[in-house]
Amino acid sequence: MDAVKPSDEPVIRLEHVEAGYPGRTILRDVTFDVRRGEIFALLGGSGCGKSTILKHMIGLNPVLGGRLTLAGQEWTRKTRASLCRKIGVMYQSGALFGSMTCLENVLLPLEEFSRLGRTARRARALELLADVELADAADRMPGEISGGMKKRVAIARAMALEPEVVFLDEPSAGLDPITSAALDGLILRLRREKGMTFVVVTHELPSVFAIADRCAMFDKARGRMIALGAPAALRDGSRDDFVRKFFGRGTVNGK
Amino acid sequence: MAFTDSVGRSVVKFRADFAANMAFLGETVVAALGLIFRPDRFRFGDAALAFQRAAFDGLPIAVGIGFLLGVILAFQSAAALQMFGVEVYVADLLAIGLFRELGPIITAIVLAGRSGSAFAAEIGTMKVDEELDALTTMGLPPVRFLVLPRVAAAMLAMPVLTILAELAGLVGGALVLQLMRVPTVVFWNHVTDTATVFMIAFGLAKSCLFGLLVGLIGCGAGMRAPSTADGVGVAATRAVVGSLVAIAVSDGLLAVVCYVWSL
Ligand SMILES: Nc1ncnc2c1ncn2[C@@H]1O[C@H](COP(=O)(O)OP(=O)(O)O)[C@@H](O)[C@H]1O
Ligand SMILES: [Mg+2]
Repeated sequence: MDAVKPSDEPVIRLEHVEAGYPGRTILRDVTFDVRRGEIFALLGGSGCGKSTILKHMIGLNPVLGGRLTLAGQEWTRKTRASLCRKIGVMYQSGALFGSMTCLENVLLPLEEFSRLGRTARRARALELLADVELADAADRMPGEISGGMKKRVAIARAMALEPEVVFLDEPSAGLDPITSAALDGLILRLRREKGMTFVVVTHELPSVFAIADRCAMFDKARGRMIALGAPAALRDGSRDDFVRKFFGRGTVNGK
Repeated sequence: MAFTDSVGRSVVKFRADFAANMAFLGETVVAALGLIFRPDRFRFGDAALAFQRAAFDGLPIAVGIGFLLGVILAFQSAAALQMFGVEVYVADLLAIGLFRELGPIITAIVLAGRSGSAFAAEIGTMKVDEELDALTTMGLPPVRFLVLPRVAAAMLAMPVLTILAELAGLVGGALVLQLMRVPTVVFWNHVTDTATVFMIAFGLAKSCLFGLLVGLIGCGAGMRAPSTADGVGVAATRAVVGSLVAIAVSDGLLAVVCYVWSL
């Protein structure tokens, strides 16, 4: 783990949250905090509701019950605009806009929200791409670059407005171990340099141990959170069968 | 049991669809009104691109169909009018038929098939790829970004395409009449005598309305594309079918209104 010490101040707080979609509950009674400056991992097998929880946190879907706050505020019509400014999201597929170059993708949030002038915006976008080591891909279209590169561009775009919390949905899914480790290195470096909070969805154990300060684990069958704490502590200390299996064999349902 | 069950399901689904459509419409109207105060927030570049595609892609088809329609109508009606030796009135028939009714409606059908489905597929693909979510969490409403430029483009492309299709239809009719030894000058004089500015303007206004419907329905279908493997295809089909129904219904309503007000 690296030297950054997360504070105890919660940035995101879930209290007895019922997660899911209208008419379909996926997880019940989810309670945990994400502290400022930490890298927090959401763990669990495929389809257990990690992305569902993430979508609640980033205000895409309202929670079905309980209370979820980000920087002390719930997602409502009134708080939406200001909360959106506090977060950056990298989606599972990258979700780059296919009709724009990589640079234009990173420029978009700057054009819409920053007060920088035209040349300053461009310089800033190039700087962000350089941060993810993709300065030379600036003028290429998302369709022409690899999956790992797309995710790095998406991270650059998510960081563009210097958000307080960056959410990453499966950054390492579909990547080879080396690219995936490089991405972990990037996340650690960005946290060290910018002091942002990261919430990372993943089911890759090496990645969890490499970057996460704490993690929450969910079980699809029981429909609730089954563990919360530092990854090493869960691996060594948990009595829950599912948690032990998850860490012991590192596989759930063959994934 | 199965019957009542499926009827019940359809009713529930219809209500949900209706509510979703109204929500989408409301959101679009609010976004459009918002532009009155911040016109600089309109995505002119995207609108220009969508217009270019809608107009250029639809052009050969709209003009081709317009021309053929003119030829067919002229032949069909000339056969009857010839019996009375007044085949020159084909020109009057073509002018009224094309400007009032056929021009806008065939162009709208071309636009629905060509651009409405493309809108649905583009936006549907973006939805499946989480690009709509990405816009939303960046604080950029997808309606302002994706829907308004396309709807505006469709509304602007329609009158342009309609006029060109109508002219092509007249050219087709003129050619047929020339075969029947009616000089083009005579044909043209009959057209200009029959067609009023009001008639042409009314037809173009109607074509704008059709463009609005095709744009809204195409984009709406894309925004609500189901997140299944064939979701984009489903959205494109819904866009075309929905547009055709909307065009037919609104045209029928307008015809009744015109009759009542004797326009
Ligand atoms: N839009 C949706 N509506 C209803 N159910 C959904 C929707 N999206 C996902 N689900 C269901 O929610 C469950 C959890 O999905 P998700 O959170 O995506 O899992 P994962 O942990 O792999 O990210 C799955 O069973 C999935 O079928
Ligand atoms: Mg997921």
